[in-house]
Amino acid sequence: MFAEFLQYMLSGLTIGAIYALAGLGFSIIYNASHVINFAQGEFIMIGGMAAATLTASGVPLPLAILMGCGGAMIVGVLVAKFTVERARNASVVTLIIITIGASIFLRGVAELVWGKDFKRLEAFSGETPINILGASMQPQSLWVIGCAAVLIVAIGTFFNRTLTGKAMLATSHNRLAAQLVGINVKRVVLISFALSAALGAMGGAVVAPITFSYTEMGIMLGLKGFTAAVLGGLGNGPGAVAGGLIVGVAEALGAGYISSAYKDAVAFVIILLVLLFMPSGLFGKRGTERV
Amino acid sequence: MGKRLLNTVAAAATVLGAVTFGLAAGTATAAEPIKVGSFLSATGPASFLGEPEKRVMELYVDRINKAGGVDGRPVQLFLYDDGGAADKAASFTKRLIESDKVDVIVGGTTTAATMAAVPLVERGEVPFISLAGAVVIVDPVKKWVFKTPHTDRMAADKVMEDMKKRNLTKLALVSEDSGFGKSGREETLKAAKESGIEIVADETYGAKDTDVTAQLTKIKNNPNAQAVLVFGLGQGPAVVTKNYRQLGINLPLYQSHGVASKEYIRLAGGAAEGVRLPAAGLVVANQLPDSDPQKKVVTEFTKVYEDAFKSEVSTFAGHAYDGLMIALDAVKRAGGTDKAKLRDAIEQTKGYVGTGGVVNMTAKDHMGLGLDAFHMVEIKQGDWTLVK
Repeated sequence: MFAEFLQYMLSGLTIGAIYALAGLGFSIIYNASHVINFAQGEFIMIGGMAAATLTASGVPLPLAILMGCGGAMIVGVLVAKFTVERARNASVVTLIIITIGASIFLRGVAELVWGKDFKRLEAFSGETPINILGASMQPQSLWVIGCAAVLIVAIGTFFNRTLTGKAMLATSHNRLAAQLVGINVKRVVLISFALSAALGAMGGAVVAPITFSYTEMGIMLGLKGFTAAVLGGLGNGPGAVAGGLIVGVAEALGAGYISSAYKDAVAFVIILLVLLFMPSGLFGKRGTERV
Repeated sequence: MGKRLLNTVAAAATVLGAVTFGLAAGTATAAEPIKVGSFLSATGPASFLGEPEKRVMELYVDRINKAGGVDGRPVQLFLYDDGGAADKAASFTKRLIESDKVDVIVGGTTTAATMAAVPLVERGEVPFISLAGAVVIVDPVKKWVFKTPHTDRMAADKVMEDMKKRNLTKLALVSEDSGFGKSGREETLKAAKESGIEIVADETYGAKDTDVTAQLTKIKNNPNAQAVLVFGLGQGPAVVTKNYRQLGINLPLYQSHGVASKEYIRLAGGAAEGVRLPAAGLVVANQLPDSDPQKKVVTEFTKVYEDAFKSEVSTFAGHAYDGLMIALDAVKRAGGTDKAKLRDAIEQTKGYVGTGGVVNMTAKDHMGLGLDAFHMVEIKQGDWTLVK
């Protein structure tokens, strides 16, 4: 009984860690530009595909992951430069639609470059399951959770300790004031896209041995990441992480104790409830509309 | 003088014209093309099925024409891509029947696309050979509709047959929430009832799920389960297989014919060892004994396909080959392309050895494959092995 519960928790935390990374990506970009970037899932896909295809052609794994992150960062900056920046006077809804367009475009390009079939990436440290009190997990799950934790701490340090990070925080609080004190707001937006892209790509690479990588892997992960970000309160970094873990665990428990048919529904029921009853999320600040 | 010359030239031109015209007309009647229509999902979500089918249709029509056609008549192919959308499949079928005026249709990658075309071909009275899987296409029998692929019902029956051989009577079912998985689930439930096998667990997973340990944990803790059957396509079954080994479940694991491609073994890696599944002869071409009637056909088809496209042959490619060959063979036996005679000839197909098996159609069976068309295979050392 307890072993069963533990198994659901472990499964939930693994997948939740990925949702958390995706959710964090949403939050960073939202903070800098008030855009909900639906191409976030595609950054995950780029990371996963690059790692799988490059290692298959002989590139050592760490280098392949770095190249994937680098590639995703370039794509992220291009998306920011050629879509979001150009349409900067458009309404937020228009910008969001633009990012959906960008995600469809990226998926199409990826299909041309990498093909439509599934790619396999070897697990980083073998596939012998680890047994914990009757439950079992793949060693790769530890990589996923560990990487997510390290990245989340790193991002936190970046925002609170470095000048660029502080500048980004300032922009998120008040764009005009930030501009007035000499922060290059345009650059902040570009950096935020590069940062979220790298986060996503890193997540994609560590999760690829579990999920396999294919050009459409980003769609569902992106949507779940969005759920995580909304649940935690859009723009709230730690909130997105908590949101991701909650969604992951809720899904696993739902599949285990209620019915596997409603697994995906769990995430979307959560987002509906959040939007209805606490639109600013679990940890978000109450939205105050300035008049 | 000038006028006479003009007259002569005009007369000559008329004669010449008449001769050329007559000749042209003559060739036309002698070798009027056999018009084969097709609508396939070469792009879109089902493109992994439709793309190889399209390749095969084009390749073989070309090869047949180079070899002199059928009874001296060339084959003309009208091929459309429905992108996996049933409504497009219907409008292309309409176009094939009404404006292209095809003699026979070989196509319909998915069950949805096929079923959208069925009422049109029934009304237009054009023979139609479908390349889609579900049993509803030929059960109940429709006068003008035939199909080449094995059904999910056959796969379920084959698994039950193998279970009985191993004295296993309690099955846990894990199916995908896709069209393929849902239909497979229903057929498995029916097949189990008829063969006296008890379904002790009935779990599902999403086609894009990355983790099914929750569902499998339930099965692991089910004291009754003696074997597990997974019904799905694509990466899902590979995820299930990996999670299955991760949880250390020791029950025999069966998969459906939906994963009978090397891609599954590649994705699941070592976890796929020992998995059993029903597969068409084409998949195990090099392992069939020489006495197997299919041996020659599948070996040759594999070679032609892999030489032409430099990629691994799939059973879906085979379905298209079988469809085209059955249609053209029927044209020969019907002595032409009269639609009613052609339909009868297709229905009378007997002993046709294709990539899917030996086809014997009757008025009651518009697929004509027996359970022996499936071979039970087990994955050993990353390759298929026939289960004796």
